[in-house]
Amino acid sequence: MSLDATAAAEILASRKRERLRWLSVSSVDSLISLGGFVMLALVWEVAVDLFKVPDFILPAPSAIAVSLYNGFASGLFVYNFFVTAFQTIAGFLLAAVIGTAIGAVVAQFRIVERIVYPWLVALQTLPKIAIAPLIIIWAGYGIGSKVIIVALVAIFPVLVNTIMGLKSCDQGKLDLMRSLGAGRWETFRTVRLPNALPFIFAGLNVAIVLAILGSIVGEFVGSKAGLGNLILEANFQFDVARIFAVLVVLGVFGVVLSLIMRMAQSHFLFWNKSLS
Amino acid sequence: MIIMAAMAGATPFIVNTHAQKPVSAPVVTLNDVTKVYETASGGTVHALSKINLAIHGAEFVSVIGASGCGKTTLLRIIGGLEDGFGGELVLSGRKGGGPSRDVGIVFQDANLLPWRSILQNVLLPAQVLRLDKQASLARAHELIELVGLKGFEDKYPFELSGGMRQRVSIARALVHNPSVLLMDEPFGALDALTRETMNAEVLKIWDATKKTVFMITHSITEAVFMSDRVIVMSPRPGRVIAEVDIALPRPRHISMLSEEKFGAYTGKLRRLLDVGTD
Ligand SMILES: Nc1ncnc2c1ncn2[C@@H]1O[C@H](COP(=O)(O)OP(=O)(O)OP(=O)(O)O)[C@@H](O)[C@H]1O
Ligand SMILES: [Mg+2]
Repeated sequence: MSLDATAAAEILASRKRERLRWLSVSSVDSLISLGGFVMLALVWEVAVDLFKVPDFILPAPSAIAVSLYNGFASGLFVYNFFVTAFQTIAGFLLAAVIGTAIGAVVAQFRIVERIVYPWLVALQTLPKIAIAPLIIIWAGYGIGSKVIIVALVAIFPVLVNTIMGLKSCDQGKLDLMRSLGAGRWETFRTVRLPNALPFIFAGLNVAIVLAILGSIVGEFVGSKAGLGNLILEANFQFDVARIFAVLVVLGVFGVVLSLIMRMAQSHFLFWNKSLS
Repeated sequence: MIIMAAMAGATPFIVNTHAQKPVSAPVVTLNDVTKVYETASGGTVHALSKINLAIHGAEFVSVIGASGCGKTTLLRIIGGLEDGFGGELVLSGRKGGGPSRDVGIVFQDANLLPWRSILQNVLLPAQVLRLDKQASLARAHELIELVGLKGFEDKYPFELSGGMRQRVSIARALVHNPSVLLMDEPFGALDALTRETMNAEVLKIWDATKKTVFMITHSITEAVFMSDRVIVMSPRPGRVIAEVDIALPRPRHISMLSEEKFGAYTGKLRRLLDVGTD
């Protein structure tokens, strides 16, 4: 029943291949969707041209492409992209760290849970984005206020999922630790936390989407820079092509972020059967 | 060794003496152990009633009994997983319950940590008990080889079959070198064929490590095949109806299953279980 070293190496290699295959499958998928995208752009271009749709209603893809090029060439998009990207990522990271930490404390201590949980339930139904104007008043028009808004919007799914994940640990694993006389912290670190990881990641996946949303809406409410700010400006100038150009940048940003999330997930959760 | 038929009305059982066993201080002693659970609805469940047991060093003892009769409860008490119970437990000379590093437990589910490699899973008790790293590592490798999983050290639980996972959990239960090994229906989830192989393998491991084994099983055949002594429990509240010494020679072999003597034991145990049920 023993396996030699080469076979073990083979298994390790196949696990790596498994991960690579996921990448290649997704690249085939993205080729297909890219094809669909090109088709759509062509039809759009022809239709706008044929029906003489005015630019301030619906610009042609070519006009959007030109606007996109100009935006990057002038450096305008670059600067504003970095502003929004910073807000989004900083707010998201804050939400991830604080959300997991609070979730851990709530799940570990009965008293804290009793006090905090009713508030969480009440707050969960509240649209967090509605407090954006307040935050702008308190924290100003700069980047800081947006980081706070993003963190507030993104923290809830992380928090709730962390609590759920930490509490979902099956009794058998806890019994095992207990039979060894493991302390609370040791059990948390070696069993509860890793066991909660799939839940935490599910929360992070929702949080990253909300983070972009919070960033843009925050800028809508009050800002000096950022992609959302650019959209507002273009809106005032009826520069619809630029609005679309910014939306393209935002779309690509969102896709890149969720790709990074998925890569992190398959790296940390390779052992989780329900994912593969 | 004593056999009792404490049950009122039951015919007293004939004693099978197992002459080779040296008489030494028992590793595990239970005196009048009683357990009452409080249920969520406010009622009580009388799970165990006055259990008296003595398990000696290097002895292989099995427990059989109807479902819900308190076998797992008994094992959990010995394993230090139940807080309140009546009576006295003495384990390796230490009185009272609570976790003991002299015990290794194999649960019905392998209970491996899926994010840890096989080697890391086997090393878990050593980590928790802060044992010497080098020595534990060497021992873990030895045990992995003993359970027939050499070469699988760096694999993860999801890459293993159910039987392999249970073997990992046996290696894990032994890594801190406890003198008592508790097993709660370790092969319940396995198919009959794998189960037979595992039975033989556990006997081999037992022979190599000389642990005191306390095993719960639903299979009379398994109990007879593996044990020095089989304890029969009554339905709830669980009591010890009888203890039957299995005087079959060792090492045991699968071919013994068809022997007449073997059949006599299984028949005897089945009758005892039936008496307990009505
Ligand atoms: N935590 C608990 N709270 C309340 N009652 C319990 C608890 N654990 C077990 N019981 C009850 O105690 C009795 C004995 O349970 P136990 O699990 O020891 O039985 P068992 O002999 O192992 O059964 P099986 O062969 O089905 O595994 C059962 O009636 C069960 O309902
Ligand atoms: Mg049981």
